[in-house]
Amino acid sequence: METLERILAEHPFFEGLEPRHFELIVGCASNVRFDAGQFLFREGEEANQFFLIRRGKVALETFAPERGPIVIQTIGEGEILGWSWLIPPYHWHFDAQAVDLTRAIALDGKCLRTKCEVDHHLGYELLKRFAHIMEQRLEAAMVQLLDLYGARA
Amino acid sequence: MAPVLETMLPTAHVYDPMIPTPYRIHRVRKDTADTFTLELRPAAEARRLETPLQGEAGLARIARHPVPRFAAGQFNMLYVFGVGEIPISITGDPADPKQLVHTTRVVGTVTKALRKLKRGDVLGVRGPFGSCWPVEEARGNDVVIVAGGIGLAPLRPALCAVLSEREKYGKVVLLYGTRSPSDILYQRELERWRARFDLEVYVTVDRGTGGWRGNVGVVTTLIPKASFDPVNTIAMVCGPEVMMRFTALELESRGVGADSIFFSLERNMKCALGFCGRCQFGPTFVCKDGPVFRYSRIKSWLTQREI
Amino acid sequence: MSQPIVHVGGQVVVERPHFEQLLDVLSKKGYRVVGPTVRDGAIVYDELTSASDLPVGWTDEQEGGRYRLKKRSDEALFGYVVGPHSWKKFLHPPVLRLWQAKRSAGSFEIAEENQEPSRFAFIGVRSCELHAIATQDKVFMKGQYVDPGYKSRRENVFIVAVNCGQAGGTCFCVSMNAGPKATSGFDLALTEVLEADRHYLVVEVGTERGAEVLSELPHKAAHQDEMETSERIVAKTAQQMGRSMDTTGIKDLLYRNYDNPRWDQVAERCLTCANCTMVCPTCFCTTVEDVTDLTGDQAERWRKWDSCFTMDFSYIHGGSVRPSAKARYRQWMTHKLATWIDQFGTSGCVGCGRCITWCPVAIDITEEVRAIRESETRQKEDEHGDA
Repeated sequence: METLERILAEHPFFEGLEPRHFELIVGCASNVRFDAGQFLFREGEEANQFFLIRRGKVALETFAPERGPIVIQTIGEGEILGWSWLIPPYHWHFDAQAVDLTRAIALDGKCLRTKCEVDHHLGYELLKRFAHIMEQRLEAAMVQLLDLYGARA
Repeated sequence: MAPVLETMLPTAHVYDPMIPTPYRIHRVRKDTADTFTLELRPAAEARRLETPLQGEAGLARIARHPVPRFAAGQFNMLYVFGVGEIPISITGDPADPKQLVHTTRVVGTVTKALRKLKRGDVLGVRGPFGSCWPVEEARGNDVVIVAGGIGLAPLRPALCAVLSEREKYGKVVLLYGTRSPSDILYQRELERWRARFDLEVYVTVDRGTGGWRGNVGVVTTLIPKASFDPVNTIAMVCGPEVMMRFTALELESRGVGADSIFFSLERNMKCALGFCGRCQFGPTFVCKDGPVFRYSRIKSWLTQREI
Repeated sequence: MSQPIVHVGGQVVVERPHFEQLLDVLSKKGYRVVGPTVRDGAIVYDELTSASDLPVGWTDEQEGGRYRLKKRSDEALFGYVVGPHSWKKFLHPPVLRLWQAKRSAGSFEIAEENQEPSRFAFIGVRSCELHAIATQDKVFMKGQYVDPGYKSRRENVFIVAVNCGQAGGTCFCVSMNAGPKATSGFDLALTEVLEADRHYLVVEVGTERGAEVLSELPHKAAHQDEMETSERIVAKTAQQMGRSMDTTGIKDLLYRNYDNPRWDQVAERCLTCANCTMVCPTCFCTTVEDVTDLTGDQAERWRKWDSCFTMDFSYIHGGSVRPSAKARYRQWMTHKLATWIDQFGTSGCVGCGRCITWCPVAIDITEEVRAIRESETRQKEDEHGDA
């Protein structure tokens, strides 16, 4: 647990949290590991966790029957994965599959969102941080959509 | 237990249901770069193979309604002489007794051959097959129709059927998304629909090009714009499977129940009779249990890969 | 010799020398008599001109991926189980022209195939095969559409069933409630009895048609001890099954386990060669081919057996829906044992064991079910262990 605490403390995402909030989060954290090819979560499942990826790479995917799996984005070391646990109706919208052997810290989102309902300060702190991540991912996705490297349509 | 055929219409039991009926092409219309529409009328010398076909009364019935009755959402198997046969949704108005209309995209050998046919050429038709859109179940409700790309083609008959008895429905909304402005189907008809005061129509494209000043964004972004009562809504969705899954997600988050949402699926089909086995999707045959399915029935199968 | 009137449900005895006449009687009534015969090192189903065409004195040794014929020490007519053929080759032909068409006057005309439907007499149909035929009957005649060709072939068939005198190395009809005793769906059902000094067949009459045919053969009423002997033979067969399958809750078991790692394991072995689907008596999937001649004026539509193991099978524009071997093996097995139940009300499997015998890498459907069941037990144990 001590190592977990140190890792979380050193990560920019958790910077600036009040000690009582930080302790709460550490209490909800555990080490997890996924072999290459293993799924972290599947589209449609209940979203009750989020992950801080420490090593390895995760592909956010959907699939079409005739095309097979389509990777939308990859999430790598040091990045946070998963915000559906915070937004009703709390279901994953995509599949997440480990591309390489992946070690991560899983945080119990289900537990945290109950705490957020009670302690709105915690909720606001988490939402601020996730809003920032969502903004980054959204902008990236929008620019990705421009198909900048393609020949002119 | 045989699956419950919730959206089935009884279809004519043809003696040998693998034999096509000749239909003549009345008109070919180019819709977009790779999409075209065929208007088909029974070839004059064809007998419609329907049992029982009794003499004068039977012939008189055919004269009044030359084309077999179909329900919105059903499909025909279209046969190009000597080339092959494929399933294509019927896109015409179910109330039109004179002709069958099919819109399709050029994607393979048979569609390439279909594209080469001209007015006056004859092709083979078997059908209609499959389950239909819940046009009756939707009475008394708001109706939300969400079409992605060529998914508008199988939904058009549903919209026609609803509009033909407009007073039986609440709010009616059409949401249509496609890749780019040059891929928009049925432009003139869309304009006519938009001009009505009792129909909300929103169109969007994934990529705005050539001075497009309309909506840009995936079709699910139109759902928040539409006004409908989620608890009393029937939604009919057709397009690529990924688009349908995200549409259902969005509709559900608006409060539409999974049993009020309907998809139309597509799989390999050679017989359309439930005999060749190719169209199986989990425990269902898309040709006879579908192609229209209630979302709640297939929801868990949709997220299973390679089913 | 007294000739008692035979009736439906009655049992009579026909001595081995008189059995020869059964095929003649059927042939004279206009039936095409087909049944087991030795060819190319296997017992296959083909035309029989006389009882000597049967695999007299032969038996088969079957195991996963293994089939060998061996000479018996007796002259049994039916001393073997099932081979690579099943009766679907006659009722649901592997290659069939559906119609011919020719261009005419700016349109085209279709000529239906109007040949006289064959009237087959099947000799030697095992209980598992009776169940398989009934299973395919549901597919082709009991749904919304009827296959008219299947219906006419099926309605005209005369079935002489045989109660198995031994079980095969890969048989598990008992697990599937499909044998070994033939209980319905036959015109006549035979149990062959070989004793030191006597070789006879106990014949159960299933239908009026069967009674009519039987009454043309020398026969006499079966005695109590003859009937008991035949019952004992069949009971012994039931104890000898080479395989077994626990079918408790099998549909839900498989529905829960679409992501079980066992599928990846079996996929590493499976060659997707489609042998299992070709030999399986209930597999019915087909493809349709539209062809034309060089002039383009004549066209034909043919139907051919196909297999869910091919890439083409599930192809829609863009690609195959089941590109991986894992998905295709899973499709076959879950269809056979699970989704078939939702589609047709029964299992698709009759426990004949052919898929096990004819798989080149000896994949065993009973083992796969067992492995999936055990993986759930193991998982439950792991979970309890952690608690």
